[in-house]
Amino acid sequence: MTIAHHDFTIARTYAYTPAQVFEAFADPEKKKLWFGASDNLTSTFGTFDFRVGGTESAASEHPGGVRTTFDADYVEIVPAERIVYTYRMTMNDVPLSASATSIVLEPVEGGTLLTFTEHGIHLDGESGGTAREGGTLQLMDLLGKALDAIG
Amino acid sequence: MLSRLSVGPATVSELAEPLDMTLSAVLQHVNYLEDTGLVTTRKVGRTRIVEPATAGLGEVRDWITAHEAAWHTRLDRLGAALDAIHAPERETS
Repeated sequence: MTIAHHDFTIARTYAYTPAQVFEAFADPEKKKLWFGASDNLTSTFGTFDFRVGGTESAASEHPGGVRTTFDADYVEIVPAERIVYTYRMTMNDVPLSASATSIVLEPVEGGTLLTFTEHGIHLDGESGGTAREGGTLQLMDLLGKALDAIG
Repeated sequence: MLSRLSVGPATVSELAEPLDMTLSAVLQHVNYLEDTGLVTTRKVGRTRIVEPATAGLGEVRDWITAHEAAWHTRLDRLGAALDAIHAPERETS
């Protein structure tokens, strides 16, 4: 089994005020417009408790029958300035990653500079026989369905 | 088949052995698994070796790359979402 650590930063400038950008994270209806929205996956949103100590969850179905989950805990929220949270992900019910993330908003000429920084721990999904077995069973189910389709 | 591969690479014949299947049927399954990215295959002489694609650091690296790329895409979509949210007020202002 392997474990990998990975940090990355993404900076984006949006032509909106920090308060407007912040709202796209704080308002569940606005967040749904961009988070988990994609042509090739279907997301189901669970809890959305946007406050310090609150949690947020979502599950996504990907092509090929792969299912991922996202569970976040909000650590700090300063309106129009920053959001700090930790989150974990699973793939087909196997632990996949644990991350700590900060989103910093700064007013700049022409709008808002958003700096997204993540410190991540990534697992290979083989951490434990039961988990591995669960993942393999899911793959076997997937294979079974595909074979049914092949005939 | 995937259970067998989870302990390491195998030849097509080795995969067929415990299963009550013909070699051509096993090959069909292997081709499917390869198409879906669950396994990779390589030829060694006349033997085809099947390896699970879900093990090892390479897989974790691929996942990390995809994970980071997903956040780039998400933050691009955030820009488009902000445009959509604020388009009406721009039109009226």
